[in-house]
This record gives sequence, C-alpha cells and structure tokens, in this order.
Amino acid sequence: MKIHTLPDARGHFGIYGGRFIPETLMSAVIELEDEYNKAKMDGNFKKEIDRLLEEYVGRKTPLYLAANLTCYAGGARIYLKREDLNHTGAHKINNAIGQALLAKRMGKRKIVAETGAGQHGVATATVCALLNLECIIFMGTEDIKRQAQNVFRMELLGAKVVGVSSGSSTLKDAVNEALRYWVANVDDTHYLLGSVMGPHPFPTIVRDFQSVIGFETKEQFLKKENRLPNAIVACIGGGSNAIGMFYPFIDDTQVKLFGVEAAGQGIHTNYNAASLTKGKPGVLHGALMYLLQDENGQIQEAHSISAGLDYPGVGPEHSYLKDSKRVNYDSITDNEALEAFQILIKSEGIIPALESAHAIAYAIRLAAAMDKDESIVVCLSGRGDKDVDTVREKLKGASGNE
Amino acid sequence: MSKLINAFHNLRAKNKKAIIPYIMAGDGGIDCLNDRLLLLENMGATAIEIGIPFSDPVADGPTIQQASIRALNKKVTLKQILLELKKVKNLSVPIILMTYLNPVYAYGIDKFVMDIADAGVSGCIIPDLPIEEENIIAQQLEKKQIELIRLVTMTTPLERIKLISQKKSSFLYAVTIKGITGTRSELDETIVDFIEKVKSVTSKPVLAGFGISNTQQIMHLNSFCDGVIIGSKIIELFETNDLKTMESLFMTQ
Repeated sequence: MKIHTLPDARGHFGIYGGRFIPETLMSAVIELEDEYNKAKMDGNFKKEIDRLLEEYVGRKTPLYLAANLTCYAGGARIYLKREDLNHTGAHKINNAIGQALLAKRMGKRKIVAETGAGQHGVATATVCALLNLECIIFMGTEDIKRQAQNVFRMELLGAKVVGVSSGSSTLKDAVNEALRYWVANVDDTHYLLGSVMGPHPFPTIVRDFQSVIGFETKEQFLKKENRLPNAIVACIGGGSNAIGMFYPFIDDTQVKLFGVEAAGQGIHTNYNAASLTKGKPGVLHGALMYLLQDENGQIQEAHSISAGLDYPGVGPEHSYLKDSKRVNYDSITDNEALEAFQILIKSEGIIPALESAHAIAYAIRLAAAMDKDESIVVCLSGRGDKDVDTVREKLKGASGNE
Repeated sequence: MSKLINAFHNLRAKNKKAIIPYIMAGDGGIDCLNDRLLLLENMGATAIEIGIPFSDPVADGPTIQQASIRALNKKVTLKQILLELKKVKNLSVPIILMTYLNPVYAYGIDKFVMDIADAGVSGCIIPDLPIEEENIIAQQLEKKQIELIRLVTMTTPLERIKLISQKKSSFLYAVTIKGITGTRSELDETIVDFIEKVKSVTSKPVLAGFGISNTQQIMHLNSFCDGVIIGSKIIELFETNDLKTMESLFMTQ
C-alpha cells in the first residue's frame, strides 16, 4: 500500500510547497496542472515519452557495480546508477522531454528555462531542437564563466542564452529572471522548470518525470541481488535527481535514503549551499521550502564549487522528508567533492559531474561504515566533462599554495 | 471607520479619482521615510503604498529591484520600518504595505499583523500570495481590520476575477501590464476591455497599476478606472529629486 501520497490537492507537502506566485501566472499553472492530469491518463502520451527515453535518450541507464570503488572504500558494495550516460550527459533530459511534450499539448511553442551548471539548459535546448520549439535560457553570468562550453552547446542547439548579472549571478538569479520573463510572455510560453521546486504542480511533475531513475534502479537491483539495497545516496541542489531516485523507495522503509547537499567551503562558514542543514522554512520562487536566509527573511547567496548545487533553496518534498525524517540529509564540502571526483576517475575511469561527486564522496564514507554484504546505490546524476576546467583551476590553485 | 475606507468614501463623495504613490521604504535611508510620506500626503495622495525591500522581487522590474537593493545596502529591515512608522505624527493618509511573503514569514505572521496594526497600517499587498494561499495570513489581518488588497491581472479569467472581487477590501488592484513593474512609454490598448471586464463583476473601485509613468496615461486611465497606482515613476522622481514632475502627476485628479 502506498503510504506516501503527497502532495495534497493544493500542492502542499505538509506545510511546504503550494503556489506562492504573482496572480498573472495563476492561470498558467492551473492550465499546466489540468493538462498534466489529462496527459497522465493518456496512454499515447506515456508511450511517446517512453519511446523518446528509450530511442533518443538511451534508457535504461545501466546499474553498475563499481568494484574498484567498493574495494577503495572497504565496506558495502557500491553500485552506480549511470544517469551520466543519458543523451546530453545528465538526468535533466528525463524531465525536459516530459515537459516539452506537455508544452506542445498546450499549444505553447516557446520555452523559457533557467540553468545553473548548464545541464538543464542543454537538455532543454536539445529537446527544443528535437521538437521544433523556440528556446530562451536564463543563466547567471558567474555560471556562464564557469560553464562556457555548455553555453556554446546551447547556442549551437539554437537556444538564446541570456546572462543574468543581478544578485550573486547564479542559479537563484537565473530563476528570478526566467520567472519575470514568464510573467511577461505567459500566453505563448511554457516555463520548463528544471528541478523539483517552484509552484505546484512543478515539484510533482518534475518528480514524476525523474522517478524513472528510481523505478529502473529498483528493478535492476532486484534482478542483481534479489532484494532491495540497504542505502541510496544522491546529491541535492534543488533536488530533482534525488527525488527521482528516492520516490519509488519512500515506502520501502528498510532502504535508508541519504541526500547530500553542498557544504561549499564548510558548513560553519557563510560559503555553502546546504539549505536543509543551515536554512529555515520560507517562501521563494513559488514554494514554501527550506531556504538559506538571514533573520529578516532576505535570501542569502549560496556557494558551491558545483554550479548545479549553487541554490539557496531545496524542493518542498525534500523539506517535508527532512522533517518527517524519512531521508537523512547531510553535506559534503568542495574539497571532499574534488577528492571524490579524482577517486572515481582513477578507480573506475568515470568522470562524474562535480554535483554527483558530492554523492560519491558521501557514499565512500558511508560504505566504509557498513558491512561487506550490504549494498549502496549512488545516483551518478551527470558526467563531468563540463567540469574539467573548473577542476584544473582548483588543482592548480591548490598546488600553487603548497 | 478605517482610514482606507474613509479615504474612498471621501473620494466618492467628491467624485474624485484615487492616486496612490509607491515608495520603497529605506530607499534614500530610513530617515527620509517619514518626510516622504508627509510630502506625498501634501501632494494629495489618496493612500501611500510602502514597499518592503526584498532580495528577490520577482514581480518587479529594474527600478524597484534597484530601490530594493539600495535599501538593503543601507541595512533597512521590516522591524526598523515599522518603528519608523510609529514615530510619524499627524499623518492622516492611509498606509498600505506592499511586501513579498518571505520577510513577513521570517518576522512571524502573528507578530507581523500585531506590529503593523500598532504602526497604524491600513492595508497589505502581497504580490506572491494568490487567494489559494492567503489563509496563511488573511484571517489575522481581518481581525485587526487591516485590508488585504488583492490583484487581478489581464490573464485572470472572468470567474476568478469575480471570486477575487468578492473578498473584502476598499478597492481592487488591476494590473494593467502583462509583465513586471516598471515604466512603459505606451500602455496596452486592451486595458479598456480588461477594466470593463473587471467592472462588469464588481461595484468596487478599480485602480490601475504597473507601468504608469506620465500625466497623459493617468488621465487616459482615469477616464475608465477609479484611480491609479504609480510605483517605478515615483521612485525615479525621488531618485532624481524631481518633485516638480511628481507634483504634476497629482494634478490629474
């Protein structure tokens, strides 16, 4: 029996979630909710998504037993769910395809999206090229610097990339600007939100499209070990790969779930992105959720080496799962992630995204504390080609200081 | 009778149009807040909307964003603003706070309502609080007879406009732009139809806001609205200290 049936009819996960948006957008989110409910009942819609996921994205992605990494950690077996092998290099495309097809159903031929690391932007631009939709992507100028290659990829794909230089010039500010654009262009434009945040029904829609990760994992793991894993680990910025991985396991309470936030330069410094660990509930970008904010409710800037985790909030369902204690949330610093990034490359020949390296770092620590006959699945949410310049700079800086 | 209800009664009795300027609290320093209020009262404001600075104002364009940043750079807080409002004497014009929800949520909803009542505030506009979510604060405000002013927009369907207009308040705020705040040299021609649509379901005064920046626009809007709300333009005029132009906006009543 399903125990976890959230959100409620108004899009609330306990006290979290909801629809805290300007009135101008209300019609659009109500329309989206209605269309999504219809699409869910439409067998052809599901068939089209499944076809694209299989033939275009390359699903199922493998569940890979990382024997060398397991050996390195010296404890539980570590499996990697290879979302890095998706077309465009990350889990983001699972959601982009679903939402773009929804947009077409609604007769909206223009797509606006935000991006942090550029993975969601690339996935969105890709799907727009495929489905012949106009595409505009808002991206913080700080992230444009960090992810120059992804910017060029989006442009090659025909998207217009608009730099955002307000605030910290990162993901939060890109969302602000995308929302402002949507307010002004809501008639013919769909906002293809990239994570499990924003106003209802976005957190639900994105979760549902991403839960293919968890459903596949469950089936693959059962086939391999004829049981469920002892633990699952995923990194969390807004939280879409994590919720996609966790969701099919939420009612399997024997499976421990671990969400890993970015601790940046440290959880006790002001330079981190650990909204669940350091934040408190508040309202931003359409939802009530844990937020990094000061005592006056001003949103604080997040800091992480990985652009995709550089966000001061975390989706409402994660906020709820923290309070209900179903998921354990912890954090990993920039340096720990950098180390894990190199460990995975050297031990397995896999270059992880810096985002996913946070989950790897945590899994290594967790595995070491577990028995050898136990198993962990890590969501390897994306590949790290986009991050090699950042890492080179960091390592150069580190050796220069020695 | 509350100041706001009173103000609209007086307008109706004199058959005049409303004009509500918006200022960002703390822009130019918290010290000049009360001087600006008195100045705007003298110019003939029906009510004054006071913006509470917020780091992420998604409904606002560059002018109000910048004003917000200026105020935050001066470390202005909601608490300070309310203390300052308590100090102002002899202000008869009603005050409406315009704030995003998060500063209120962080302050504590109950404490916020109590403290703004103490500070003599007559109404609240919360642009990221649609009617579906307003239970978070609506009853508390009503108990203290502080009005929650709701917005209707050009994308709001007729049935929904009707639903919103049935909620208690002295006036309805009609957003006359499909977009964010900020001055526009030209307003959409379909505004007339939009306001007619709103007026077909409510007998409440309907005030136009967003994008209004000159006397021609005000006079045009006043020919079918019950008044206007002017934000970004007022902020610009304070920023350039152009009180003469500001005064001329009030001459349109």
